[in-house]
Amino acid sequence: MNDCIYLDNNATTKIDEDVLAAMLPYLSIYYGNPSSMHTFGGQVGRAVREARSQVASLLGAEDSEIIFTSCGTEGDNAAILAALKAQPNKKHIITTEVEHPAILNLCRKLEKDGYTVTYLSVNSKGQLDLDELEASLTGNTAVVSVMYANNETGVIFPIEQIGQIVKEYGALFHVDAVQAVGKIPLDLKTSTIDLLTLSGHKIHAPKGIGALYVRKGVRFRPLLIGGHQERGRRGGTENVAGIVALGKAAELAQQHLAGISWEKRLRDKLEQGILSTISNTVVNGDRIKRLPNTTNIGFKYIEGEAILLSLDQFDICASSGSACTSGSLEPSHVLRALGLPYSVLHGSIRFSLSRYTTEKEIDRVLEVLPGVIDRLRELSPFNSDDADWLKEQEQAVLAR
Amino acid sequence: MWDYTDKVMEHFHNPRNQGKITEKQEGEEIVTGEVGSIACGDALKLHLKIDETTQTIKDARFQTFGCASAIASSSALTELLKGRKVEEALKLTNKEIAESLGGLPEEKMHCSVMGQEALEAAIYTYKGIPLDTHEEDEGNLICRCFGVSDTKIKRIIRENDLTTAEQVTNYVKAGGGCSSCLPDIDDLLAEITTEKETSVAVATQVWQDNNPSPAPAVSTTQTTKPLTNLQKITLIQRVIDQEIRPILAEDGGDMELFDVEGDVVKVILKGACSGCASSTETLKLAIEATLKDRVLPTLTVESV
Repeated sequence: MNDCIYLDNNATTKIDEDVLAAMLPYLSIYYGNPSSMHTFGGQVGRAVREARSQVASLLGAEDSEIIFTSCGTEGDNAAILAALKAQPNKKHIITTEVEHPAILNLCRKLEKDGYTVTYLSVNSKGQLDLDELEASLTGNTAVVSVMYANNETGVIFPIEQIGQIVKEYGALFHVDAVQAVGKIPLDLKTSTIDLLTLSGHKIHAPKGIGALYVRKGVRFRPLLIGGHQERGRRGGTENVAGIVALGKAAELAQQHLAGISWEKRLRDKLEQGILSTISNTVVNGDRIKRLPNTTNIGFKYIEGEAILLSLDQFDICASSGSACTSGSLEPSHVLRALGLPYSVLHGSIRFSLSRYTTEKEIDRVLEVLPGVIDRLRELSPFNSDDADWLKEQEQAVLAR
Repeated sequence: MWDYTDKVMEHFHNPRNQGKITEKQEGEEIVTGEVGSIACGDALKLHLKIDETTQTIKDARFQTFGCASAIASSSALTELLKGRKVEEALKLTNKEIAESLGGLPEEKMHCSVMGQEALEAAIYTYKGIPLDTHEEDEGNLICRCFGVSDTKIKRIIRENDLTTAEQVTNYVKAGGGCSSCLPDIDDLLAEITTEKETSVAVATQVWQDNNPSPAPAVSTTQTTKPLTNLQKITLIQRVIDQEIRPILAEDGGDMELFDVEGDVVKVILKGACSGCASSTETLKLAIEATLKDRVLPTLTVESV
């Protein structure tokens, strides 16, 4: 399975060889505790400091604004809870319908604890209505949490415009940038963002490491209460190897940003190739304001899991927002928020590229995909012959 | 990734009998059963060619919109159906479809249920029983997200001996959307547990009433034991006398219990019930539904 065509990079990425090489000594030779007073631990402390600078540099932040975490979910939870604790009199949160479960499920839990949450809707392109945001903001709003780019569609939100509005109402602004970091240039020095989450395994570092940016001056309360690590903002002995890996991955991501148009070119080739050779296909979400590596395509009349398992036979890895792949019985909350018809929803496939994707791989996908789709469409009772049945059902669902 | 058996994957990659049936000969009828919808994420059109003289399924084909296990279940179903008598086919359960594939992941059992339902829909169409008066549509809607009635949930609980709401979701999707109906599903599960216990208790009571001594073979405390043959027959007789015959009498009909062989209940239809072929069939199904509900879910009825 090592030479599979991996087009599922928004789920996780391959660990870069240089990243692995950088972290390995910290799993063998340099096992010291960075908090120790001896030279053996001290040299490990230096590696952690260097990694912090590398991450800060990628974000255009200061070293002291970076807290290492275990994952994106921890970063999201820590940010929201800290924002609420810092403003105990404010009981309102604003987020969007298309956030990651790390935000959505936390907000649902907070509703039970007495907070009010506004979930901003998106239009058919997956974009927010900034008037709706402005109308929702009050002096009682503690935090606005909006993702930089959506993991399923790649749609990018106008973060700075949102931040300007949020600042007028004095709320804190958190951005889940797990999918955006390494794909979009960021400069937090000139930004309105107060808190920003990132995750290592989406940028070719291993799983189990992430970081949270906390703007200097923003009052912060730790999620994990313990020792003085991370300047008292995240207790627990540091995941040194993970931190070193994240630092190296951040450095490489920064270098790679200059060449991101390569990924975009291959993504566009894949997308154009699919749209021009396979009928009844649509791109889901905004095609302009979008991550350069992501395309989400709806193949009408067939079901996503069947497409994925067929592609798997050709060692092609992608993912789907269909109900059957998730274990839940409902299709993706993101695609539903876009108001897509069910004929598109269930047959949606996400292809997400990385800097390792080659033109040959894209050509191979374009070679086998039409056959896969044709075969499943031949099996399906829904096609143009039975358009009435389909239409009736779509209407019945809308009426419900 | 789902843990599908090799057989599921084999049927998915090389499905049998896909497509429609277009050609038929004299004495053959083509019928279609449709279930599911594009909204639910799976749908099946099952086409059957039935020889009217021998009442045998000569050909079965399918068109499926759905995941790998939905396609595999449809394919396996058509293989199970070819050459079967219509009456025999009607007895096929979702469990048999799943077993013929070496089993399905619990979360995917609803794919096998879809197959069984399409089969039932096709045969009801063949028999001219209107689908909109089909018992399942008369029940109360429990799950609004997936449109599942209490009748359907109860049947699937009985047929598959389900004990938890999670299993019900896996089999018929009910509760898998907004999950607000999960407490109602718990109530239905409790109702059926009570029902099972009561049927054994009633049977024991009837036995005791009719046999004051010696002591009964089954005591009321041993409610989990299956019914003995004697208890089963006694209970069937009681349900017929107390619940079915009074209803038939209102329309000038009557019936008599002729014999019970295993799970097959043989009855004689009398009065206004006899003579009319289509009403006999409807009546048989109604009696069967009542007996399944009140005595044992495995019972079938034959008119002699």
